[in-house]
Amino acid sequence: MLARTASAIALSALMTAPAVAQEVWVSNERDNTISIIDVPTLEVIETIEVGARPRGLMFSHDYKVAYLCASDDSTIQVIDTATREILHNLPSGENPETFALHPDNRHIYISNEDDNITSVLDVVDRRIVAQIPVGVEPEGKAINHAGTIAITTSETTNMAHWIDTTTHEIFQNSLVGSRPRHAEFTTDDKRLVVSAEIGGGLHVFDTETFEELAEIRFEIPDVHPHDIQPVGFRLTDDMTRAYVALGPANRVAVVDMQTYEVLDYHLVGRRVWHMTMSDDETMLFTTNGVSGDVTVIDLTRQEPVKTIKVGRFPWGAAYRPADS
Amino acid sequence: MAEPVDVPIAYLELQVERPPVLTNLDPIPKDLGRMGAALGLADNATTGGFMGHEYSLAETVVPAGGDWLDAARAVLAESRILVVNAPAEAILALADLPEAQGALIFNASAEDEALREADCRANLLHTMPSYAMRADALMQFLVSRRWTDLVMITGQRDPDRAFAQALRDSATKFGARIRAEKEWDMSSDMRRNIGQEFPLFTQDFPSHHVMLAADETNDFAPYLEFHAWEPRPVAGSAGARPDAWSDRVEAYGAAQLQLRFKRLADRPMGAVDYAAWAAVRSVGEAVTRTGTADPADLRDYILGDEFELAAFKGAAITYRDWNGQMRQPIPIATRTALVAMAPMPGFLHQVSTLDTMGRDRPETECTAFD
Repeated sequence: MLARTASAIALSALMTAPAVAQEVWVSNERDNTISIIDVPTLEVIETIEVGARPRGLMFSHDYKVAYLCASDDSTIQVIDTATREILHNLPSGENPETFALHPDNRHIYISNEDDNITSVLDVVDRRIVAQIPVGVEPEGKAINHAGTIAITTSETTNMAHWIDTTTHEIFQNSLVGSRPRHAEFTTDDKRLVVSAEIGGGLHVFDTETFEELAEIRFEIPDVHPHDIQPVGFRLTDDMTRAYVALGPANRVAVVDMQTYEVLDYHLVGRRVWHMTMSDDETMLFTTNGVSGDVTVIDLTRQEPVKTIKVGRFPWGAAYRPADS
Repeated sequence: MAEPVDVPIAYLELQVERPPVLTNLDPIPKDLGRMGAALGLADNATTGGFMGHEYSLAETVVPAGGDWLDAARAVLAESRILVVNAPAEAILALADLPEAQGALIFNASAEDEALREADCRANLLHTMPSYAMRADALMQFLVSRRWTDLVMITGQRDPDRAFAQALRDSATKFGARIRAEKEWDMSSDMRRNIGQEFPLFTQDFPSHHVMLAADETNDFAPYLEFHAWEPRPVAGSAGARPDAWSDRVEAYGAAQLQLRFKRLADRPMGAVDYAAWAAVRSVGEAVTRTGTADPADLRDYILGDEFELAAFKGAAITYRDWNGQMRQPIPIATRTALVAMAPMPGFLHQVSTLDTMGRDRPETECTAFD
């Protein structure tokens, strides 16, 4: 697959270098654009015009397309990864904010935040196949690796809803701290992690018993506790670390996922929101909403190495590996 | 699933005769407060559906001049959790009824300091901020901008005077100066001649950064800007106004709350709506976490360390255990945009920065919560 901008010289380099370098795509909520960052140079190489109020952003499992929640247009846009062209819009239900892609690469679970609904979209047939009533202001979405459980967090109901992906019914509700924002399963599917923005903690659940194993709390000298607001986070594949965006505390916390201790805090841009990680887990990219930039953290050295200016209110971020 | 629990909540309102104001462009909605409670109920009911908790809201509106205490007794016979939209005297009389002892009453309307201080009651919590909290929010903003030389124009009604006194106290507290004050005593229709009258009225004010207006019915304050002798911004009741809520708040997920409210009420959410919503949601949060609808247990939980409510103003909402006042950020907004969300950075407190606004524990005169 060739990048559209590849020059003749670059073409000759194809023999040795990857055809397509790694990229990070960033949705800019108040600019209606996506910024594309070239990872080798850490520069923005392209800005794509998209629909209104772009938020949730992810690639298909084969990286052929990107999916984008254009919230105020009430649609999910499908963008060709190679050509950057918007291929078509998918039905999403009203005001989609975030979503998760099933391992089958075909079903997307969507949070319709104004309607207290989780919609299930079939991207092949291009239609909504199920709508599941959930709590008030559904937000965080996660699907386990086995593809059997989908999670929706409801921000005002303060719950994680456990949805059976076969029956599309809620089979369990777990109360968490105030305003749950994001959820992820560990690689082995044995633990579910949920962040609570106003509650200020990260909740860890056993996926067999639904018992809460831990609530991880954060404490930063000279930062008031009510400014510590966990939003997006990422778990490493080996399940040893979690990186947690702490919102207006302007920090990313590094958490040991065996002991649940907080190991360190990295200073990033203002109102850090979501993040994505490189596939080799050596780099972390955070979206900083208020400062309008992306902080790059070198995870080998465990330090922030660069700030990249993007559009207004960067929200979501997704990583695309080389040669994908 | 948890044990089924029924949670009957009552919304009780005493209508008041509103004094005439210069313009009819901004009528006070007839369902102000009631719609906020209704939205809170809808939010609670969704959560309750997953918990086996059944919420209901009975609405009672007493017309001005009606028998308030009679209506209150009838409501108390049906529900022990009340959200009240009424003037301070009526709320106090309600809280003092023998039938109200052991009930849990939320004041969603009255801003009077005394209701939280010398006249505080153990069965009465306050989701509406006090005049002092609003004044402190504004003063923190002005001081943080170093706009510390102020003048003030005050209306002649009781709420105007109460807010003016709060602004004076707040200026002293945060090191600003109100260099001169005037009382608004003109009775002419200022829409026609303010251009002639107001420059003269303000000509002898000493130099200042900001003109404060204490005009809680919005009678004359909206006309001040652009007509004073000195071109200075207006703040207080008009201009940059501190309030429990503004329809200009959109961060912290507030856009969703604003949209939900607008869908329900077909108008923007006001401060009393917000206070009523917060009261109903406080009950919902306490019921969700404790699994009981017993007013004494809910009161203990709400005043305790574990309670927190996400309430779309950027910080978790809690209650002051010494007088039942809900701690909350206070937006300062014009009619078109949010100016700031107080407390302002740099105003520190050993317990909660939210306690930099309003009377703090060491100064309280309230003893009913001891």
